[in-house]
Amino acid sequence: MGTVWFWLVAALLTTYVVLDGFDLGAGAIYPAVARTDRERRTVLKSIGPVWDANEVWLLTAGGSLVLAFPKLYASSFSGFYLPLMAVLWLLILRAVAIEFRNHLEDRVWRPFWDVVFFVASLLLTVFLGAALGNVVRGVPLDAEGYFFSPLWTNFTTRGDRLGILDWFTVSAGVTSMLALAHHGALWVAMKTDAPVRDRAVKTAAWTWPILVVAVALVTVLTFRVQPHVPERLHDEPLGYAFPALALIGLGLSLWMRRRGRDAGAFLGSVVFLAGMLLSVAFGLYPMVLPASNDVAASLTVHNAMGPAHGMRVALFWWIPGMALVAAYTVFIYRGMRGRVDVDREGY
Amino acid sequence: MDQALFYHRFHFAFTASYHYLFPQLTMGLALLIVLLQGIALKTGGERYDRAARFWGRIFGLAFVMGVVTGIPMEFQFGTNWARFSEATGGVIGQTLAMEGVFAFFLESSFLALFLFGREKLGPRRHFATAVAVWLGSWASGFFIVATNAWMQHPVGYELDAEGRMVLSSLGALLGNPWLLWQYVHTMAGAVVTGAFTMAAVGAYYLLADESTTTDGNPGSENAEFGRLFLSVAVPTGLIAAVLMAFPTGDMQAGAVARHQPPTFAAMEGLFRSGEPAGLVLIGQPDMSGLRLDNPLEVPAALSFLTYRRWNARVEGLTSFPREAWPDNVPLLYYAYHIMVGLGTIFIAVMLLAGALLWRGTLSRARSVLWIVMLSAPFPFIANTMGWMTAELGRQPWTVWGVMRTTDGYSRTVEAGNALFSLLGFMGLYLVLGILFLFLVQREIGHGPAPAPILRSQEA
Repeated sequence: MGTVWFWLVAALLTTYVVLDGFDLGAGAIYPAVARTDRERRTVLKSIGPVWDANEVWLLTAGGSLVLAFPKLYASSFSGFYLPLMAVLWLLILRAVAIEFRNHLEDRVWRPFWDVVFFVASLLLTVFLGAALGNVVRGVPLDAEGYFFSPLWTNFTTRGDRLGILDWFTVSAGVTSMLALAHHGALWVAMKTDAPVRDRAVKTAAWTWPILVVAVALVTVLTFRVQPHVPERLHDEPLGYAFPALALIGLGLSLWMRRRGRDAGAFLGSVVFLAGMLLSVAFGLYPMVLPASNDVAASLTVHNAMGPAHGMRVALFWWIPGMALVAAYTVFIYRGMRGRVDVDREGY
Repeated sequence: MDQALFYHRFHFAFTASYHYLFPQLTMGLALLIVLLQGIALKTGGERYDRAARFWGRIFGLAFVMGVVTGIPMEFQFGTNWARFSEATGGVIGQTLAMEGVFAFFLESSFLALFLFGREKLGPRRHFATAVAVWLGSWASGFFIVATNAWMQHPVGYELDAEGRMVLSSLGALLGNPWLLWQYVHTMAGAVVTGAFTMAAVGAYYLLADESTTTDGNPGSENAEFGRLFLSVAVPTGLIAAVLMAFPTGDMQAGAVARHQPPTFAAMEGLFRSGEPAGLVLIGQPDMSGLRLDNPLEVPAALSFLTYRRWNARVEGLTSFPREAWPDNVPLLYYAYHIMVGLGTIFIAVMLLAGALLWRGTLSRARSVLWIVMLSAPFPFIANTMGWMTAELGRQPWTVWGVMRTTDGYSRTVEAGNALFSLLGFMGLYLVLGILFLFLVQREIGHGPAPAPILRSQEA
């Protein structure tokens, strides 16, 4: 039961990154692709109808985590207290910026919210990666499976006073920023017309090679910081399918972009992100929060699992419920397909 | 009280109270928008459609505020109440995850269609999106109240070998006898907020328009919308205000009296058992003398209201051991009395306005319009007081009879860290509140009439 829910929660988080990733990414490249007020409204309109529903994937992942792994939820949320509070504030500011900006036509009001939207989006893309980096690296867990991480200490990845930010998690954060900026650029390219579309394609073009280098680097670092990952791949070579998927996605996005196929390039980026996240999930399994001090103290799908009966019962409503969600998510994305027309009411 | 515990409690109380100012408005408005949009669909009335659009814009603003202040709630169970989540996650995880799966997705996906898809969808399907938003927001309320009802009156669980509370029956969790009345009571409270807000804006449009004072003059376009708002909001508000008191409030109080007797005694300000017991209307609890100063009470009324017998015995606080008392008796007592007092006033205001509306003279009765307009903030206060009654009343327990609040907070998060984020939220929420009021004021000032220029926020 723990394994089933491990993959369900991993699927939720992956979907979250793929979906909210493009609207966060659109924010991270916002000033680079949209210069006039009209262009900025175009970019905002491309994410306007969906950013909120995209964030719900994170909330639902949180709720499902409480249900399936209460121990993990309790330990990690309290242990990562300070960065989570920062993430909450950034999410709040960003959402408010998107919604409040267009209410006033004013040369002070709008640029102000533009900056808030950009900065909050950019920082969130870094934070998400750094958060994942922390989970991969592990944290010093006490006998009850709890910890508390300061924001930074000495930037090393070993020892009993690890910070949220060290050179490994910062690299993960930067990689995440590049990946989501690339993702967001391809989304914007797909949803807009020239000149915004052309600038977005250009942004995707120059982020791509840097992203490839960063991914290679962070992969090497991951193998060193968390030896469990290469061991897993060694034991179950089938797992190479996930990193392979990520590589195919990277290649696909390059190939499609070169051919001017915007939707195909975005799809490539979706495959890349999904491949990366599933690689991490596969590499960590069965751990859900490794202990940096003593591998045996790690939280795993077995010892962090909630009550089995409740988890079984929950499958009966969770699966049909999410199937329904998938159905109307597809319905909504189909309804808004095509490029944004900023002058028309609706989408 | 332990400093860390104090800040964690204050953290949750502050963020939850602030958060709930917005969902109560959106849940109430969601129903009213469905009504407006339904009338528009049925009669083809352009005016009702305009009114629905106008309230859709206000709904949109309040919805964002509800979303952004709601996300921290979902996080705080883990960040600030880790030991509570670890012990109860197997039970409350069900309702919390259900809220995401069945409510949040519905609400957020269809709100976008409601706000942006008017032209593309056509009137029928557009009406369906309004209904979906309403159902989503009320489903969200259901799952949260179900979570709270379980904490008030835990059912459908057992303790496992590690001392965790684990689900034994999902049916019992969702069919909790505490839940039904708490839910209807809470939703009625939300409709009261929505209806009073809509009625107040309507009253304001009529009062602000000079030409409406003369007979037969329809007044400005805003004044006509004012009449329309009142004609929908006043009957809805009257029904909801009555429902809030009877049967839902009455049944709630009965459940508290049965299952949380010390809480009931504290709420009512009953220090010594009475046979019969009087109903306290006003008075100040004196915690050292264990009595009520300056009491104004209706003899034997509490016995009758609680047990339907004029001479029934009602246990006072002193019949229970001190450690079973709620830890802040005066605040609990005031919260409850303010809620009940305001609830009674709401019925009176809506009865008065309803009678005039029925006779067709409400739009000229300026003094009543003034009362309706100035009533707008009070449902927010009453709903907040209601939740304070529920939460303070559950103390010293976080899960009644099973887990104490002192055992629930995150031990690894020091008081200093909790205070840091509490101050952060206070500052941020203050700024957001000012901006929200500013934008709502602009919408009201602009009015529901069609805009001469393109309204870019709809674009």
